[in-house]
Amino acid sequence: MKHLAFAAGLLGASAAFADTPELTVYTYDSFVSDWGPGPAVEKAFEEVCGCDLKLVGAGDGAALLARVKLEGERSDADVVLGLDTNLTAAAKETGLFADHSVSAEFALPVEWNDATFVPYDWGYFAFVHNADAAAPADFKALAASDKKIVIQDPRSSTPGLGLLLWVKAAYGDEAPEIWKGLSDNVVTVTKGWSEAYGMFLEGEADMVLSYTTSPAYHLIAEEDGSKAAAAFNEGHYMQVEVAGKLANADQPELADQFLAFMVSDAFQSIIPTTNWMYPAVTPAAGLPEGFGTLIAPEKSLLLSETEAAEVRDAALGEWLDALSQ
Amino acid sequence: MAGRAQPVSAFPGISAALLVAALILGTLGAVAYRAEAGTGFAASDWAALRFTLTQASLSALLSVGLAIPVARALARRRFPGRSLLIALLGAPFILPVIVAILGLLAVFGRAGWLSQGLIFLGLEPVQIYGLHGVVLAHVFFNLPLATRLILQGWQEIPAERFRLAAQLDAGPLAMWRLLEGPMLRRVAPGALTVVFAICLSSFAVALTLGGGPRATTIELAIYQAFRFDFDLGRAALLSGMQLVLTGAAALVALRVSAGEGFGAGLDRVVRRWDGQSALARGLDGFWIVLSAAFLLLPLAAIVLAGLPGLMGLKGTVWQAAGNSILVATLSTVILLALALPMAAAVAAGRNGLTELSGILGLAASPLVIGTGLFILIYPVADPFALALPVTALVNAVMALPFAMRILVPRAREVLGRYGRLSLSLDMQGWAFVRRVYLPRMRAQTGFAAGLAAALSMGDLGVVALFADPDFATLPLQIYRLMGAYRMEAAAGAALLLLMLSMGAFWILDRGGRWHAEA
Repeated sequence: MKHLAFAAGLLGASAAFADTPELTVYTYDSFVSDWGPGPAVEKAFEEVCGCDLKLVGAGDGAALLARVKLEGERSDADVVLGLDTNLTAAAKETGLFADHSVSAEFALPVEWNDATFVPYDWGYFAFVHNADAAAPADFKALAASDKKIVIQDPRSSTPGLGLLLWVKAAYGDEAPEIWKGLSDNVVTVTKGWSEAYGMFLEGEADMVLSYTTSPAYHLIAEEDGSKAAAAFNEGHYMQVEVAGKLANADQPELADQFLAFMVSDAFQSIIPTTNWMYPAVTPAAGLPEGFGTLIAPEKSLLLSETEAAEVRDAALGEWLDALSQ
Repeated sequence: MAGRAQPVSAFPGISAALLVAALILGTLGAVAYRAEAGTGFAASDWAALRFTLTQASLSALLSVGLAIPVARALARRRFPGRSLLIALLGAPFILPVIVAILGLLAVFGRAGWLSQGLIFLGLEPVQIYGLHGVVLAHVFFNLPLATRLILQGWQEIPAERFRLAAQLDAGPLAMWRLLEGPMLRRVAPGALTVVFAICLSSFAVALTLGGGPRATTIELAIYQAFRFDFDLGRAALLSGMQLVLTGAAALVALRVSAGEGFGAGLDRVVRRWDGQSALARGLDGFWIVLSAAFLLLPLAAIVLAGLPGLMGLKGTVWQAAGNSILVATLSTVILLALALPMAAAVAAGRNGLTELSGILGLAASPLVIGTGLFILIYPVADPFALALPVTALVNAVMALPFAMRILVPRAREVLGRYGRLSLSLDMQGWAFVRRVYLPRMRAQTGFAAGLAAALSMGDLGVVALFADPDFATLPLQIYRLMGAYRMEAAAGAALLLLMLSMGAFWILDRGGRWHAEA
């Protein structure tokens, strides 16, 4: 145990010497990576806050919540950034989060009035395919076609869970039949988004479950217009990513300042080309070029956090039944 | 052997074993203790158990079954590139899972080389997804490991035995009955257990190649319990089940694995006079070419995919590579500090439990160990500050089962042959360790260290839970690149990882090799 004490001592020492306040934000891993929004956000916020912003990555959204639950009231985090509406109900249940005081002109396709969580970006789930191939116009057409798809497992992946709720929101009690129809189109189910997207790029499948914004990455970062997202007539399920302040935050004022900063131009203009999602508040300069070419679903689907929590287990059971045949 | 005086004390080894057991069971206990009212086993968990057992048994039998002729061929033949091939045998199972999956699919997938070739010939493409795909992938990962373990068994037959066999004009059947059969009876059960245990905790490979949720393993159920249900009790229960299954398999293997060794030789270079018939040569050639193609084609796919991205890798990736080397070095040192005394304790003959605790590292779910450590460390220290030592320690414990399989047979032999002589010379304790035990364990130590370094380099393990933003390892960086759509850079980084792992493995393994075989 000696080295534990040693490490703890070192840490205590470094904290004692720090003269600027430190704001700790827990987020998912891809947010803090060199290619995510983290580095730019940190720079921009530290310019205005006179503080040290410490971004800590912890797996993905679900792992993030698990982490906060494990740490409980003693958590070092002041803000948790990166939950979505499938997790917010469980997050509120912990009683660890405090209400926010942020108001903004949200550009979300749905109305937002959550007292605890502030959205910072959002996107639509969609099947991405090669632009030169025709795409089915809805789930039924997809099921009837011989298109092969790769999807993610809802038990281990956020997009996987999104697809589960998409089908449920669009078809309700009819969802099991839709999954039965799709079962021969599903090449395989992967643990996470990266495996599935990698397999699609290698040509293992005609389509992959991703976001409507995925083609924007290829267009803007690689100048490659060969990918497109298929517009589905049922509408597209949304993912809204949010942040919240912890009730036991060491730096409650800084946390409030960060949440307000989060919906400002400085933060929001970083999001589109680093997180490849739509900003929650459209920046004054508008969206980057290339986002205009994306499909704009006519209908947005989103179960409320309570509905999502209610149907989740049953929907998973139906999914398992249909795909385990 | 029990009760006989030995020149080394079993005490350090037993202490090391207790430490390992405490880590694995302690973390499991921490998770269980932290659990709220859980739901216990669900019907789906039993289905997961059935599938897990089926695929793990099939994978183990096939990997070891195929490894026997391959190892035999490699033991009998000398050809240019042999040592390179043996070194490359280490490659598949040190790869990060996601990289290995993409490499395998580039060869066996719907759009893979094999399917394209078949379509070109006017045939149906291969259908890789299903139980057979899972087994194929697991054989890809574990055939090389099993081959190395069994090949080592062959190499430990002293040169004098082959000479004697040749003088007595022993035919293939007699060779089998007198030398190869007994050797395999000692080595194969251990190899089976290790492969079985590895496949038991498979998750991403099983799911992806299995083609969907019918390929749900216990490890996936643990994952679900953690993040879908946040049911720590169920996670601990499932992880306990994995430990029990592996423990049972290990006990069976210990029972079955029996027989005296072949005695000491004079460490001459092994020369073989048997297996010179055209048929034997042809068969050996067949096995070597087949296994080489099976293992090297997916590796070639990974290399080809990685070359374009390798040049453009940015500084942070190199930094992550540096971190990985650091973790691997530390973890190799820890591993040897645990494994060498444990092997001596097992060889000294009174330690089924030490041997058992050596295998548990494989069965423990990284997610449970990581979470358990987190629960234990969080109240006393900052988990991020401990990212490096914790990752190195857990990686060492995960590599321990392999090291034990490599070290124990040799340690038995060393103690069996030199124990009495050393005692009569009053050479005991440290003197024995330094003058007899360590020098005679050199080859095995090098192999075990190489494996540990390579495994640790490629393992994501628990680092994801303890990830300090400033301390990313290379595998984590590969996942981040993929998560940010940078598939080409990720492939480049994967190639870098492959080269680093292979390099570490080659240096350590080579450094320890004294079976002077060109």
